[in-house]
Amino acid sequence: MSTRDQVLGRIRRALADAQREAAPARGAVDRGYLRVHGHRDAAQTADLLAENLADYRAIVHRATGDELPGRLAGLLAARGARRVVVPPGLPERWLAALQDVERVPDSAGLTARELDAVDSVVTGCAVAIAETGTIVLDAGPDQGRRRITLVPDHHVVVVRVPEQVVDSVPQALERLDPVRPLTWISGPSATSDIELDRVEGVHGPRTLEVVLVTD
Amino acid sequence: MSGTYLGMPAFPVAAGEAVRDTTLRGNLRHATHTIRDKRARAVAELDDWQQLRAAGKQIKDDVLRHLDHYLVRLEEAVTTAGGTVHWAADADEANRIVTDLVRATGETEVVKVKSMATQEIGLNDALAEAGITAYETDLAELIVQLGDDLPSHILVPAIHRNRSEIRDIFTDAMGRWGRPAPEGLSDSPAELAEAARLHLREKFLRAKVGISGANFMIAETGTLVVVESEGNGRMCLTLPETLISVVGIEKVLPSWQDLEVFLQLLPRSSTAERMNPYTSTWTGTTDEDGPRTFHLVLVDNGRTDTLADEVGRQALRCIRCSACLNVCPVYERAGGHAYGSAYPGPIGAILTPQLRGTDTALDASLPYASSLCGACYEVCPVAIDIPEVLVHLRERVVQGGEVTRAGNRVTLRPAKGHAAERAAMRAARWALDHPAALRAGQRLASRTRRFHPRRLPGPGKAWTDTRDVPAVPAESFRDWWQRTRGTGAAATGSGTGTGTGTGIESREGTK
Repeated sequence: MSTRDQVLGRIRRALADAQREAAPARGAVDRGYLRVHGHRDAAQTADLLAENLADYRAIVHRATGDELPGRLAGLLAARGARRVVVPPGLPERWLAALQDVERVPDSAGLTARELDAVDSVVTGCAVAIAETGTIVLDAGPDQGRRRITLVPDHHVVVVRVPEQVVDSVPQALERLDPVRPLTWISGPSATSDIELDRVEGVHGPRTLEVVLVTD
Repeated sequence: MSGTYLGMPAFPVAAGEAVRDTTLRGNLRHATHTIRDKRARAVAELDDWQQLRAAGKQIKDDVLRHLDHYLVRLEEAVTTAGGTVHWAADADEANRIVTDLVRATGETEVVKVKSMATQEIGLNDALAEAGITAYETDLAELIVQLGDDLPSHILVPAIHRNRSEIRDIFTDAMGRWGRPAPEGLSDSPAELAEAARLHLREKFLRAKVGISGANFMIAETGTLVVVESEGNGRMCLTLPETLISVVGIEKVLPSWQDLEVFLQLLPRSSTAERMNPYTSTWTGTTDEDGPRTFHLVLVDNGRTDTLADEVGRQALRCIRCSACLNVCPVYERAGGHAYGSAYPGPIGAILTPQLRGTDTALDASLPYASSLCGACYEVCPVAIDIPEVLVHLRERVVQGGEVTRAGNRVTLRPAKGHAAERAAMRAARWALDHPAALRAGQRLASRTRRFHPRRLPGPGKAWTDTRDVPAVPAESFRDWWQRTRGTGAAATGSGTGTGTGTGIESREGTK
């Protein structure tokens, strides 16, 4: 007998007392919990997102669509970034104001070691969650492979407000496709492993800048 | 402390040593109190916490009730998404599977995400025997590995170490494992974290094989979920060419939607955050993004035996948040090592004796490693009634009974060590059934009370090792009642009490 059949057999014997239905019944779970905590309009939701992002040490900026290229160029210049990874589907317009910056295109052949020699990465996102201050990446064309937002030490992410912002975790999951590899980011890399004292910045990008852009 | 739990003494012995370590007690008290208050604030932000908690319990109960169904669905979905599923009945089989998978890649190094399942099965030792070096990449696990130590907390395995101890470990040991600690390293947490970043980065960049656990597996979609803070998880999950995830069979959830409950319950209970910094989800393999090969090793290792126990099976709802450790007065004083397993604290006290059985003195002592105060149950995000299971397991240790071990029903004999306790209970039952004897005994005790020792001799000695013998009053309650409230000549104790209110007296009166 295979181990698989052995384990499944043990489970069935262990549950002999349970008088089970053939398949799980619908409605075994009472989902009476809230879909959203509190009542907010779109502007208040964006404010809450900004507040919670900042609470976990992300740096939050706001810009209009017209201001965005100048703002992104300014953030990279302030950081002293010379080499920036760019996902293939990032709107060309976003980086139109960049000067003296080498763009490193995200590609399958780009190794982790090469990424380690890059200063910054600029991406979009799939969705942002206000209640938790979370940005979700789904490796879409404006976000690129998972590694490009991991190895560089500086990540600038653009969130389109209000269309990419949801209130809550349940709303975010509804919008996301589990087949895609997802990365949920709530502030920069952190640890509480030394005396349960929170320190920002371990292995992931130690600086996370979020630009909330409105049209 | 060497890197194994084997042959550890029973909980009271190990705890007795731990409570005399004032540094350890200081470290634990500071850390558990910090996180305890933060958790309370994070939980208070959500008005619907109790509904989420109830839903979390119901989802997990449904999973356990149909575990075979969900595992088969999970296997199908993972396989369809490009992964390979392996099944392991016990720790040895799981270790063998993982060792063979690593060997097949030709690599002799792996990077690991913190994983309770691989701690439980002792994977690192098994890999080392096969000549494969496993690098722990979680900061606390790194501290434990470099210090040749054992984890003592589910979330923060190095909670027993303070910052200056960590600085010493880094300075002393990093050079032997790879890049040495920077010169003049201070004990500021930020500098220590930076030292870990530099030390581990070269390992991440060259890693070809990653090993992880998982917090959740979604049966419907075949998706695995890892919740973390530092980014070491993302490194291990995305940079290597081969990913091997070792996961207990109870970690499956039915649907993608179920994450909406657990991604709210877990971070707030665990690190007391609205959301942890990084959560990764992946479904099989993705072309040109992340590992090209994905293996999922499903581990039983005592879980189906635990499932067979109608009271004890609720322990399998555990999502390893560690909130119960942080509120436990026993854990706070004894520390994690005394529990002698990867799972310390209240959850460990009910999980370990079920996963491993109660054959050793250590495992049989674990259900007693609690004052039954119930704080663990109150904070548990999936409402595991830990005190109920503790009492159930104590009963089993003392009285024996039917249990399942490695899939077979066996009958446990009553534990030998509890013969004196059983004899005392029999004597008490007899005395309470014979009021005249009880009264005579109480009076004798009162009159001789000046001569009572503080410590009991013989088999009673174990009991008074940790307690004083209760002081006997000059007059028993029954005598006091008769003297002050009784009627007539009751104080002579001739058995003619008229039953003026206590059940004992009225019963006596009928004799």
